[in-house]
Amino acid sequence: MQFPILSVLIFIPLLAGIVLLMVPAQRKDWIRGIALGSAAVVLVLSVAVYALYDVAQAGYQFVETAPWVPALGIQYHVGVDGLSLPLILLSGLVVFTGVLVSWHVDERPREFFSYLMFLGSSVLGVFASLDLFQLFFFFELAVFPKYLMIILWGSPKTREYGGMKLTLFLFAGSVLALVGALAIYFGSGLRTFDMLVLEKAGFPIAFQQLWFPFLFLGFGVLSGIFPFHSWAPDGHVAAPTAVSMLLAGVEMKVGAFAALRVAIMLLPDGARFWAPAVLVLATINVVYGALIALIQSDFKYVIGFSSVSHMGLVLIGFACLNHDSLLGAGMQMFSHGIMTALFFSVVGMVYDRTHTRELSQLGGLVQKMPWAAVGFIIAGLVSMGMPGFSGFVAEFPIFMGAWRTAPLVAIIAILGVVVTAGYILLVVRRVFFGELPKQFQNIPDITWMDKLAIGLLAAFMIGLGWFPSLMTSVLQPGVQNILGLLGG
Amino acid sequence: MNMDLLIWLIPLPPLLAFAAIVLFTNRSKALSHSLAIGAAGLSWLASMVVFFTAVGREELAKHPLGVDLKVNWLPLGDGAFKIGVQVDPLSAVILFFVAWTVLMIFVYSVGYHNFGQPAGDHDKPGLPPHGATVKVKGHGHQVPSVEPMYSRFFAMISLFAFGMFLLVVTDNLLTLYMAWEIMGLCSYLLIGFWYAKPSARDAAVKAFLTTRVGDMFMLLGMAALYKMTGTLNYQEILANPTVLEMLASQAAPVLGLSWAGLIGILIFMGTVGKSAQFPLHVWLPDAMEGPTPVSAMIHAATMVSAGVYLSIRFFPLISAGWDGGGALTPAMMTLAVVGAVTALFAATIAVAQNDIKRVLAYSTISQLGYMIAALGVGAYVAAAFHLVTHAFFKALLFLGSGSVIHGMEHGVLHTHQHIDPQDMQHMGGLRKKMPVTFWTFLAGGLALSGFPLVTAGFWSKDEILSGAFNGGHVWVFVILALAALLTAFYTARQITLTFLGQARSEAAEHASESRAVMTAPLVVLAFFAITAGWVGIPKAFPGLGGLVPNWFEEFVGEMLLVHGEAAHHSLVPLITSLVVALGGLALGWWVYRDVRAGQKDPLQKPLGPVYTLLQNKYYFDELYGATVVRFSRWVSEVFTDRWLDRGVIDGILHGIAAAGLWLGGVLRNGFDLPVINRFLGDTVVAGGTRKLGAETSKIQTGRLQQYMLMGLAVVLAASAIIYFFFVMA
Repeated sequence: MQFPILSVLIFIPLLAGIVLLMVPAQRKDWIRGIALGSAAVVLVLSVAVYALYDVAQAGYQFVETAPWVPALGIQYHVGVDGLSLPLILLSGLVVFTGVLVSWHVDERPREFFSYLMFLGSSVLGVFASLDLFQLFFFFELAVFPKYLMIILWGSPKTREYGGMKLTLFLFAGSVLALVGALAIYFGSGLRTFDMLVLEKAGFPIAFQQLWFPFLFLGFGVLSGIFPFHSWAPDGHVAAPTAVSMLLAGVEMKVGAFAALRVAIMLLPDGARFWAPAVLVLATINVVYGALIALIQSDFKYVIGFSSVSHMGLVLIGFACLNHDSLLGAGMQMFSHGIMTALFFSVVGMVYDRTHTRELSQLGGLVQKMPWAAVGFIIAGLVSMGMPGFSGFVAEFPIFMGAWRTAPLVAIIAILGVVVTAGYILLVVRRVFFGELPKQFQNIPDITWMDKLAIGLLAAFMIGLGWFPSLMTSVLQPGVQNILGLLGG
Repeated sequence: MNMDLLIWLIPLPPLLAFAAIVLFTNRSKALSHSLAIGAAGLSWLASMVVFFTAVGREELAKHPLGVDLKVNWLPLGDGAFKIGVQVDPLSAVILFFVAWTVLMIFVYSVGYHNFGQPAGDHDKPGLPPHGATVKVKGHGHQVPSVEPMYSRFFAMISLFAFGMFLLVVTDNLLTLYMAWEIMGLCSYLLIGFWYAKPSARDAAVKAFLTTRVGDMFMLLGMAALYKMTGTLNYQEILANPTVLEMLASQAAPVLGLSWAGLIGILIFMGTVGKSAQFPLHVWLPDAMEGPTPVSAMIHAATMVSAGVYLSIRFFPLISAGWDGGGALTPAMMTLAVVGAVTALFAATIAVAQNDIKRVLAYSTISQLGYMIAALGVGAYVAAAFHLVTHAFFKALLFLGSGSVIHGMEHGVLHTHQHIDPQDMQHMGGLRKKMPVTFWTFLAGGLALSGFPLVTAGFWSKDEILSGAFNGGHVWVFVILALAALLTAFYTARQITLTFLGQARSEAAEHASESRAVMTAPLVVLAFFAITAGWVGIPKAFPGLGGLVPNWFEEFVGEMLLVHGEAAHHSLVPLITSLVVALGGLALGWWVYRDVRAGQKDPLQKPLGPVYTLLQNKYYFDELYGATVVRFSRWVSEVFTDRWLDRGVIDGILHGIAAAGLWLGGVLRNGFDLPVINRFLGDTVVAGGTRKLGAETSKIQTGRLQQYMLMGLAVVLAASAIIYFFFVMA
């Protein structure tokens, strides 16, 4: 029997989260050590899974199954394919860098890192799930830590509103998706939650058309689809740095991924029927998020709304349902994940030192924290789809794919990208360039751990920008699989 | 050596230099500039080898160098997107001038940033150096100080050079676009190099966003082209008559254009942004906020040349369906109109500017318009020719103006006079103080005005004029001739105000010649500004034609699938270009020959409000500020944010929440309290519940981790219940 790498990957953070709760609260060094150690193991394992995946063989690999609730057709069933693999890697990266930049959390670090680990376990569990029930299980596992972390460590002014809004939205989404999932379970007549079996169930077209919106919108809420995006900026801004990184970087991908894996892959005819509607919503996402980001006066809200805009591109990629667009969407999920994680980490670093996020009060920080400035600019370039960075190799195929299916969508989305360049440059100019205000003359530079986090994330953005085949080769078979389900 | 590999290697040294400077040699100024110049030198060497190999090849256009080595880059469509390199006659000549100008600009930068001078007294990163005090024989003495971010500058221009080399040697539109955007980024970083100056920051953002608007159209063009042809490779599209014919014959859904026309116009929009054509020209004059070598990079070696190169490269597509004579295609017509308008419009503005670099900036816009107009009327070779000669003399002029500013700054430091060292009104008489700068600037200026026979600019400009005239596009010819007259006029004005006459300020009296490291590149560029034209003397030229072979025409003309009709040998364009060049120069000198200090511009009175209009650049910045900028602010701030997001969407949400609360209240007050409590209130249930509540509150210890574990326990319990429930069932 092979080494159960995926289970280890999923349960190490869960275990670490439980162990952390048992450590005496005053042993902060132990707590941080355990958190960093387990995050490092997660990162190494996620890289290992990525590297060991056999592209030539394709399909689902590292598959493990175990009976869970056999009477209901519920299994423990994990495995990864080309689509989930980059997201596993993304989770490893963001959990690890999240711990790095949270090193100095001094208020209840034990609970903080523990919940962070639960969150990590939850997202990894979703990405590796091949069983619908299990996917739901991990999906919901995130609710507790998310809510608690926002209201406990979030920014004092908005954390209760933000946390509540986020939780209610996501609950509403879950309910919708659950209804859809139960419909699939009973509708198939197979009495199984195994998605690989359900894929071949051959649901009647009317059935698919009826239930697709439940699943797609239900999960799509977490990906920030218009008009259910409103939780995202408020939630991201209210959350503490590491949670913003995970929320925008990974959780939104969880929503998108689940929408793809469950709604599109199980109900391909439904997807085809509803694709135009999704395209409209997603296109609104792109332009709408970018426009609002343009006029925010709060540093963190700019990034919060930029996520709404960028996730729109992922959804456009999904809804065009062709090779290029799906490939681009896969790239964009990863690229946006590391990019927004870097954004939020820098926002956190700036806030920790200046205690303000008002753009009008910031300025000239490049002199005090050059690494943070360079990191932010690199993420900004990714964000505006600058060639040479991962954003371009993600957005370019999406535009090419969109042009084939719906040229008008491509045109509008590309205009959205101009706006993106606008708000990124404005923020860079206001925060990092210009005069350094007097009160910030003595703020310290960021720590080496922060630099490590920035360097790691930036390395992936640049590396992928120049060598996209590192990821496209993995994504390709996954995309082919979807195209096969769509009946090519 | 393997030629394919060598071409791949051309862009690489500057990239490595960039990385090495950023990562390792940041602290050592000498090491950093050695790396940058060494890398530029290596690229130059490789470019020269490739250029001369290319010149010796037969049928280079059909079989470009370097096409055998390709890499799968991105899987798109049915196959993989391949990237590779190619050097055909067009890229060969571009490579030649890029390699030379880049190297010269790099060397010049060492002197421009005062290498070897002491660090400034109050210099800060992000601001231009203000000068240092040194003690000579016991008393303080102001001298120029070294740039605080010296190493960073060399890192950035290395990246810039990398972008340009990559753009020239690549064999497809996608990699071109990548290089194109890298340059956009570099221009942003370098225009905003002195980031503590608000004007520099604004200029950087303006440059980036304005060019970005053009780029987005270009991206759309790429998407359309890719969808229609399934490739973005030059040879497969542009050297393939079948594909071009297909594109020219199929109708696009917009404006009754063919696909070739639509894609051609979209791609040309990229040029409009990058090469600062009307109406996206507004960024280029502001771009001189960066250090002067950057202006030379942007105006000659890289950015704007890249824009024109793109249009020249895609000329076969733009002109698809054109038979070499007769009616222009809609795309060509677009180019002709935009180019001609830009050429004249920018030249008029240049007449009324007083900043030495701003005059040059508008002259660049105008000259680029020339090239675009030439392409529009089908004078392909002339456009390429003018691109090459312009690169040399414009690099020369910018570096020369930098040298002038340097000399003036020296005077300012010496005299403590508070004047703008870039304002030509304060100059005058510099020819004696700065002889090398003067003579080389004169060479560049004469080339720009098209001084007959001896300068490169004459030959290329004459080609364009005769192309327009002989093609039968008299209106283009007239506009361009007028622009040429203005060009000669403002050039003479600039040279006269700067170098001739008497000094109009103390600083100008104490100006001094720049160091050899700055003047040597001027001499090299001046050499090309004179001689580069002699490789393209037309056969039909009276007297000289045929004495020297028209090498440029033969070499680059090979690129064309459709050749224009043989030129009618008319003397009209030749005489016109002689008259406008000499007349403009003479007039400019005559009007400005004895301007005194503090005197107003002699044109101000006769032109009146027109002069004000010109001086304010036709108020384009104000116009865009009042329309485009304000409109986009309104859309984002009022419409999307205030109305839609916070009004409609959050309004609905909060409405739902309020409705929920209301419903809860009604249930509580109308049902729960009166109905339920009345019947059950005092019975066992209540007592039991109260007891249970007391018990459960014990576990509410306020310790969060316990909540968490409880949560898990609840989940597990729920699973267990479901399990048993269904198993029993």
